[in-house]
Amino acid sequence: MANIRIPTPLRAYTQGQASIEAPGETVGEALMNLVERHPDLRLHLFNDDELRSFVNIFIDDEDIRFLQGLDTEIAADDSLRIIPSIAGGQKAPLHERSADLNRQEVKRYSRHVIMPEVGMDGQRRLKASSVLLIGAGGLGSPLALYLAAAGIGRIGLVDYDVVDFTNLQRQVIHGLGTVGQSKLDSAAARMLDLNPDIEVVKYRQPLASENALAIFAENWDIVIDGTDNFPTRYLVNDACVKLGLPNVYGSIFRFEGQLSVFHAEAGPCYRCMFPQPPPPGLVPSCAEGGVLGILPGTIGTMQATEAIKLLLGIGESMIGRMLLYDALEMSFQTIKVRKDPHCPVCGIDQADIELIDYELFCGMPAHDHSEFSAVDEAVEFNIQTVTVHDVHQALENGDDVVVVDVRDPHEWDISAIEGALRIPKPQIQLAKNGIQAGRKLWEETVLKDIPKDKKLYLHCRSGKRSADSIAFLSEVGYDLDRMYNVEGGILAWADEIDPTMPKY
Amino acid sequence: MTISLPAKMQKAIFSQMESAYPHEGGGFLLGELRRGDIIIRNIAQVDNVFEKEERHHRYAMTPQDWMRLEDAADEQGLALVGYYHSHPDSPARPSAYDRIHALPNFVYLITSVLAAQAVDIRAWKLKADRSAFTAETLRVIG
Repeated sequence: MANIRIPTPLRAYTQGQASIEAPGETVGEALMNLVERHPDLRLHLFNDDELRSFVNIFIDDEDIRFLQGLDTEIAADDSLRIIPSIAGGQKAPLHERSADLNRQEVKRYSRHVIMPEVGMDGQRRLKASSVLLIGAGGLGSPLALYLAAAGIGRIGLVDYDVVDFTNLQRQVIHGLGTVGQSKLDSAAARMLDLNPDIEVVKYRQPLASENALAIFAENWDIVIDGTDNFPTRYLVNDACVKLGLPNVYGSIFRFEGQLSVFHAEAGPCYRCMFPQPPPPGLVPSCAEGGVLGILPGTIGTMQATEAIKLLLGIGESMIGRMLLYDALEMSFQTIKVRKDPHCPVCGIDQADIELIDYELFCGMPAHDHSEFSAVDEAVEFNIQTVTVHDVHQALENGDDVVVVDVRDPHEWDISAIEGALRIPKPQIQLAKNGIQAGRKLWEETVLKDIPKDKKLYLHCRSGKRSADSIAFLSEVGYDLDRMYNVEGGILAWADEIDPTMPKY
Repeated sequence: MTISLPAKMQKAIFSQMESAYPHEGGGFLLGELRRGDIIIRNIAQVDNVFEKEERHHRYAMTPQDWMRLEDAADEQGLALVGYYHSHPDSPARPSAYDRIHALPNFVYLITSVLAAQAVDIRAWKLKADRSAFTAETLRVIG
């Protein structure tokens, strides 16, 4: 027999009584007797036959967990007290979470479930977990497909772009049938076709400092950056550190890739390794430098693997390590990444971390549609333009002009205007940086081939890189009045002057 | 059901949550039940016992806090009617974690704190079948 004190909210199920006498030799017996007489209590105290995790039973001042639990013997005059531990917050620790699997799901995931490292508990945990993917492009394609197939219950996608024909070389989640459609819808449809038991949450916007915290705070366990550009990489890192989220990092360039997991609570963050971005122009983007189509598949599937390991709590995560992959050598090298106690982001209080303008910080746009321009807007505004017809006419007439093609060398093989001087934009930018920093003289750089006293027609593929190049040249002594940007670049040339020229 | 919260207590909750940011803050609500409605008479701030690394997204109090405050409420002729806590950089709605740890017949006041500013406060109750929270009317009075 024991006297059991009922917590205030549950007195609604004991007709308002604060204390109830219940017979029993042990705590368990007394509680069973209590819930038999007041059956509405059962749901809130027990989960099947076990006490709910937040229900504490005290004998005087002693928690029964430190005695013999439900088997603790009780004397006739013992007072038991039921005390809910009050806890709240944005999400449960992973090990406490679980979602039921139906028969169909158990069958679907049977190859997972039969491995003891995963098992039913692990698969239930995957269903109860959530992963946010930034970008549904090259890295995002394998990530979204494999995470959906693995049964991650809730997958968020952040993307604003539409599927382009040139994406299909590597973005295998999309197809010819979805060219021109939004990447979000294209990817979500494919994921739900693969696994209709998951939820896909869509964010149709470019990730930016203004929306990152709100999106990241919507109950994600892990964030994975699949955008592979510097401004977004720093933004994702800083926002993850601020909110305490693990960030599965992947990066690809031409034939090489990198993989790591940054989680400031357990190891270094991206800024411990790279406090500052590289100078603009030093590292070209995929659009400029190209990428082996399979490379995002290799790196993206490894990112997905790291995410699943973190969620299941198995294996050795890449926290504190970085994998360097070279597809041409087919080599894998792992290096150590150390936490920097003076890191400008994870070395300070989370409350003091502020998201900045990362495009300005990196001196480059975060995505194709960004308004950001690395060059002075006033300069950009004053750039003169010519049409491809003007250029064609000038060449036909043998005028004293120099056409400068600022595209990358492999692009020259696809198509080129005959007689053009070929100097890639990154080299112009490097030369400009070198001259401005006092490391180089003009005549020591590639710029020596670009005459300062002639009329210059600069072109690239569509007109953006050539405009940037004109701005760079104007900063190192070239006269804006003598430089012209060829409107529409070589694409316009192919449309209007030479229809046999291939477009890309 | 309507929950009435005196304005000065609402202000006290907001300033507690703002100073706890980016961690969660919390405490108990003591009050009276009147014809099914609740009038909050007192709030009792309680320390967050979660380890420092977890405090920004988790909040917990000790069973001793509960004992002490339930006894105090009983002595004052009040009842322990609810619990309040904050969601830093998150909406003022209950999370799955909140539901697993909640009780019925108990008011959950959640304050959303965005960038160290308390911006929203909402009242919730757990359904008797534990399936979900329902939004309740919160009235700030006097």
